[in-house]
Amino acid sequence: MFQKKDESEIKIEDSFATKLSFVIMGFANLAHKQFAKGVGFLAIEVGFIIFMIMGGFQNLINLITLGTVETHDEVVPGKILPVRVFGDNSMLFLLFGVLTCLIIAAFVMVWRANIKSARQLQVLDKQGKPIPSFLDDVKLYLDEKFHITLLALPIFGILAFTVLPLIYMICIAFTNYDRDHQVPGNLFHWVGFANFGNMLIGDERMSRSFFGILLWTIIWAFFATFTNYFAGIIVALIINQKDVKFKKLWRGILVLTIAMPQFISLLVMRCFFSDYGVVNRTLINMGVLENVDHAIKFFSDPTLAKITVICVNMWIGIPHTMLMSSGILMNIPQDLYEAATVDGANKVQMFFKITLPQIIFTTTPYLIQTLIGNINNFNLIYLLTGGGPTNANYYSAGDTDLLVTWLYKLTSGNRDYSLASTIGILIFIISATFSLITYRNTKSYKEEDAFQ
Amino acid sequence: MSANNLTAVTGKKTKSYAAQKRTALIASYVFLTVLSIIWVIPILWVVLTAFRAEPGQFSSTFFPHAYTWVEGDIQYTATYTLDNFKDLFTPREGFDFKKMWLNTLIVASISCVISTFFAVATSYVMSRLRFKLRKTFMNIALVMGMFPGFMSMIAVYFILKSIGIHQTLLALVLVYSGGSGLGFYVCKGFFDTIPKALDEAAMIDGANKAQVFFQIILPMSKPIIVYQALNAFMGPWMDFIFARFLMGTNYDTYTVAIGLYDMLEKERIYAYFRQFAAGSVLVAVPIMVLFMCLQKYYVEGVTGGAVKG
Repeated sequence: MFQKKDESEIKIEDSFATKLSFVIMGFANLAHKQFAKGVGFLAIEVGFIIFMIMGGFQNLINLITLGTVETHDEVVPGKILPVRVFGDNSMLFLLFGVLTCLIIAAFVMVWRANIKSARQLQVLDKQGKPIPSFLDDVKLYLDEKFHITLLALPIFGILAFTVLPLIYMICIAFTNYDRDHQVPGNLFHWVGFANFGNMLIGDERMSRSFFGILLWTIIWAFFATFTNYFAGIIVALIINQKDVKFKKLWRGILVLTIAMPQFISLLVMRCFFSDYGVVNRTLINMGVLENVDHAIKFFSDPTLAKITVICVNMWIGIPHTMLMSSGILMNIPQDLYEAATVDGANKVQMFFKITLPQIIFTTTPYLIQTLIGNINNFNLIYLLTGGGPTNANYYSAGDTDLLVTWLYKLTSGNRDYSLASTIGILIFIISATFSLITYRNTKSYKEEDAFQ
Repeated sequence: MSANNLTAVTGKKTKSYAAQKRTALIASYVFLTVLSIIWVIPILWVVLTAFRAEPGQFSSTFFPHAYTWVEGDIQYTATYTLDNFKDLFTPREGFDFKKMWLNTLIVASISCVISTFFAVATSYVMSRLRFKLRKTFMNIALVMGMFPGFMSMIAVYFILKSIGIHQTLLALVLVYSGGSGLGFYVCKGFFDTIPKALDEAAMIDGANKAQVFFQIILPMSKPIIVYQALNAFMGPWMDFIFARFLMGTNYDTYTVAIGLYDMLEKERIYAYFRQFAAGSVLVAVPIMVLFMCLQKYYVEGVTGGAVKG
């Protein structure tokens, strides 16, 4: 590391070979007999130029226009019926445009690496040091540059399956790609911030839906997180009492539900609490309810549905927090409690002064993560209620819909892609502000190296 | 409950210490028993339904009762039956549970290997190697994690379609494991707790960084690797949103999650509900067994990421 810094600090005039490397990539490497590296650089440059000529420039132009030719019928001489001519596909134009931008960015990075390599060679040359062979370079990737080796594949995966799609969808939020502008029949265009305007203030029904659902999303995330958190801690405390026997059994029963695939338990719960479901049946059999008409509407009454999903979420989540806080409880040094007992503290005091602070301290990052996770808890709501009961005041949404499930409905049912993306970005802004404020203040972020 | 429990301990000073303790203990047991019943009932119900003879979505009682039906000229009466499982494995047009099960197993195994490697590699790099763009990368990862996951679903679909592999199992593997490098936070927490002196000692002995990683750190990280692998393996069994979206109408590549969800569609639920329960049992049992065996690691993984110092 240090050696590298020294090299870059020496200021020397770029040699001819280095200057030529600005235009012909890999020239300096070839001049210094680093053939593999030089040919590699050159091949990348040639490939890039061919790509840009073959379609890259066109892709960039298309990205700006998003297509100009609509699908239309054309009268062709010699044919009686007009012939359908397919127009431009805005969606593919956008996708390839974004892809081209990424490729250009990648090329710029390779180009810079090429210049850096050329300058380094020049310095080595001047100092009379041997030029590293191809094998030496490879060895470097197992040691000093090991992070590049390890990260190469994961980062490629992230770029292809997270970054590219994400950029694409962010772009969609600034177009009018909705149910009236479906490809390949129609074109869609850039509309700037119009979607955000409509969502927040412009369109009355839309903004009513948005703020209504946002409020419920926040309430849901808050209750879903904290009910689980504290209930889990309490259960763990009870199980971990010294005198309680069969600890493994109690824990095992709860853990059973973690092991059960979540979507199965959720679908089962849906059948369990439905109007004709087991719970209502059992209540009727026991004589608590008269008949099916008086069934408790666990999922079809707006308020009750909200309570039910929070309770079911506790069923799902408590085992997780129980497991986690059990682990933490076992790690709290016993002498803390002994010392407290000597000082005359009772159990309640010990809980609030020793146990709780310790748990909260160690689980803050987890808590923030869970809160964000709950804002985006798609599975639970979608599988349990499907967002229902439907709310007529909302735009394609129900009373228990979270922003994410609404997003999904707009995508899969309505094909209002631009609106869905707009919601996605708004969700992002909400979660990002929240976690930036909280996460950066946690100890584990600030004192990352403290424990190493 | 616990509040009662605590007041029972502290509230009544007149009682003798031993009596207080006993009350608290009894209260704890009562609480735990009630809790266990609540947690076991839904699971028990699925299992009972899987073996139930009476058809339909809803039985009028919690425990199945004797049911009589006529098949050919013979009259049968039974409470429990294995027919649901037999039915489930009888392939029919557009629904082949055995195939779905195998598909899911393949996808889960492959993506488990890939995404465990991705996550462990990324988190190791972030935790122990220092380089220029490290903080930047971590912040970008944090930011990207905040976009709702399937916002990009449509884009992923078109990307896969443009290279012609949508509606294949490979597409699912790529989708499940592609972005897993971003999920490094828990795992990084674990690596952070391993003393750096270990690395330094090895480097003094002449090991390079790759050797440190493969020969020293990895063998020490069994709990977190198992935790990552378990999570990655369980993912494909449970996700049906992506699977559904990518697979469309290609029945040959359906996973169990799609199959099970489809059985609960309104027009099928009456005929297929018991088979749904049977299928659920068959999906849940292997995962439960796996989970119970590896529970120790899972707990260490969950807490290892959170506990520091």
